[in-house]
Amino acid sequence: MSPPAALLIALAIWAAGWGLNVVLSRHPERRWVRLAVPAIFGLTLLLIWEHLVRALGVSGVILPPPSAIAARFASETSILWADFQQTILKGALPGYAFGAIAAFIVAIFADRSDFLRRGILPVGSFMAALPIVGIAPIFVKWLGNDWESKAAVVGVMVFFPILVNTVAGLKSADAMQRDLMRTYGAGYWTSLAKLRLPAAMPFIFNGLKISTTLALIGAIVAEFFGSPTVGMGFRISTSVGQLALDMVWAEIVVAALAGSAFYGAVAIIERAITFWHPSQRARS
Amino acid sequence: MTDAPIAAPGAGIGATGRALRRITGAAAPILTIVAGIIALWYIAVVPMNMHAAASQAERDGIPVAPDTAIARQELTGTSLALRNTGIIPQTFNQDRPRLPSPHQVAAELWDTIALKRVTSKRSLVYHGWVTVSATLLGFAIGTGLGILLAVGIVYSRAMDLSIMPWAIASQTVPILAVAPMVIVMLGAIGIQGLFPKAMIAAYLSFFPVVVGMVKGLRSPDAMQLDLLRTYSASRLQEFLKLRLPASAPYLFASLKIGIAASLVGTIVGELPTGARAGLGARMLVGDQFGQPLVAWAALFAAAIAAALLVGALALIERATLRRMGIAPA
Repeated sequence: MSPPAALLIALAIWAAGWGLNVVLSRHPERRWVRLAVPAIFGLTLLLIWEHLVRALGVSGVILPPPSAIAARFASETSILWADFQQTILKGALPGYAFGAIAAFIVAIFADRSDFLRRGILPVGSFMAALPIVGIAPIFVKWLGNDWESKAAVVGVMVFFPILVNTVAGLKSADAMQRDLMRTYGAGYWTSLAKLRLPAAMPFIFNGLKISTTLALIGAIVAEFFGSPTVGMGFRISTSVGQLALDMVWAEIVVAALAGSAFYGAVAIIERAITFWHPSQRARS
Repeated sequence: MTDAPIAAPGAGIGATGRALRRITGAAAPILTIVAGIIALWYIAVVPMNMHAAASQAERDGIPVAPDTAIARQELTGTSLALRNTGIIPQTFNQDRPRLPSPHQVAAELWDTIALKRVTSKRSLVYHGWVTVSATLLGFAIGTGLGILLAVGIVYSRAMDLSIMPWAIASQTVPILAVAPMVIVMLGAIGIQGLFPKAMIAAYLSFFPVVVGMVKGLRSPDAMQLDLLRTYSASRLQEFLKLRLPASAPYLFASLKIGIAASLVGTIVGELPTGARAGLGARMLVGDQFGQPLVAWAALFAAAIAAALLVGALALIERATLRRMGIAPA
């Protein structure tokens, strides 16, 4: 197909999808419209991608069409599953849990002393903005190629956002509420468990949610510097070397699914725990 | 624990004393934490480098407690240090330490930032500029497109419904992890140098800006919008005089997130792709060619770059918001 004709068809697909969305979004109050419109938008983009790659004869080495990626995904599920286990289940999740628990313990310490808190909060938020992922090569050298080094990188990366949010959350209960606890004769630990920890939950979950993406990034990036012959980062870098870009894209799809699922899981737990918070009640 | 400041800190001191007190009051806890981190670091250096120090001592003819390297390998760094307290000082000044001590990193930083010519390949200013220029270019592109898209989303319901869910969902995708591959792929079709890294940086700053800016442009409440309608303001006037100014605090908050993300993206893009220049390249070079000091100096230079970029934005934010009368002067 000649390039102008191909572009014309692409424009036609775009116009059809967009026109449908414009019509549909006149009724934003309907629930199915809110689901259908983004789905149509995504589908339109996928169609245009598929069409342009095929019509213009783009080499699969540069950009494979979505159908090829889907086919690769379907045929390589066992490899993808093994990579998922190595990177997400062995690298990212233990590191995430470890970093979160460590951050939590330090936050409780910080909360006991105003002096410590005023030191930890700025230092922690400074550290949270740093490119910590740069420690990946160093950690791989120290701890070897297997999942331990990945978990360590992930742990350090998620530590600071969770720490800062927990510390900020623990002081979010206002003076009136804390005074009330004092009139009840509640000690430090009682008021922590009954007032300040529940009040901190929205902040803590904010940190936990930010960190889900960081955990996956840390685990995958660390694998570029050394890994056993399994893992998403390993697969991505070797597949690029073999010019098997459909495999790279299949791994990207896995990473996207895993990232959304991880984030979604934390968001569901948040909803169950902070059901009382205005931001959660507004939705239902 | 002082909820009611009856005797607030600095209550009895004069105005200058109070100002001084406030500065030291903010700095003292931070300095304490930083000092604590540095102390922990020094303590960690001993067990990390102990085996190498013991081997070196053995070569120099100094008696070491288990006298063969194999026997020492059985011990942890800590117990080896406890048996050979005499050679602990040597762990702090090795040429190729597993964990360099803080003063070594500081010396390397000073050496490569201040003492090398800026054009030298060993100067971290040179490598830092390679990274920061790509970051800034990408950040500018990402921010510009992000603001445009946000305006579109606020004024078009179809765009809002189509794009916003994807913009939010995209935040949960670890796209940064495939940044190096994007650079390799673009390199394969002949696009090299600054531009691929800038694209990653642009992508990473794009979505925080879109999400923050949409929130900001929607922040004026119905009362304020109604007021403008009673003035019979056009939609353009409504945008320029109300929505745009109201979005400034939100925009700056996202800009600070965006530039940090851009910098991380650029560095990750440089890491495993065989780039020859840039802070990410230095981290990898130092690691692969057994020069840990180079890697650590690059790591800290990246931290300094991030601090400078975010700090600069914070200054602009404060000046702008003050000028607009949003922040207290």
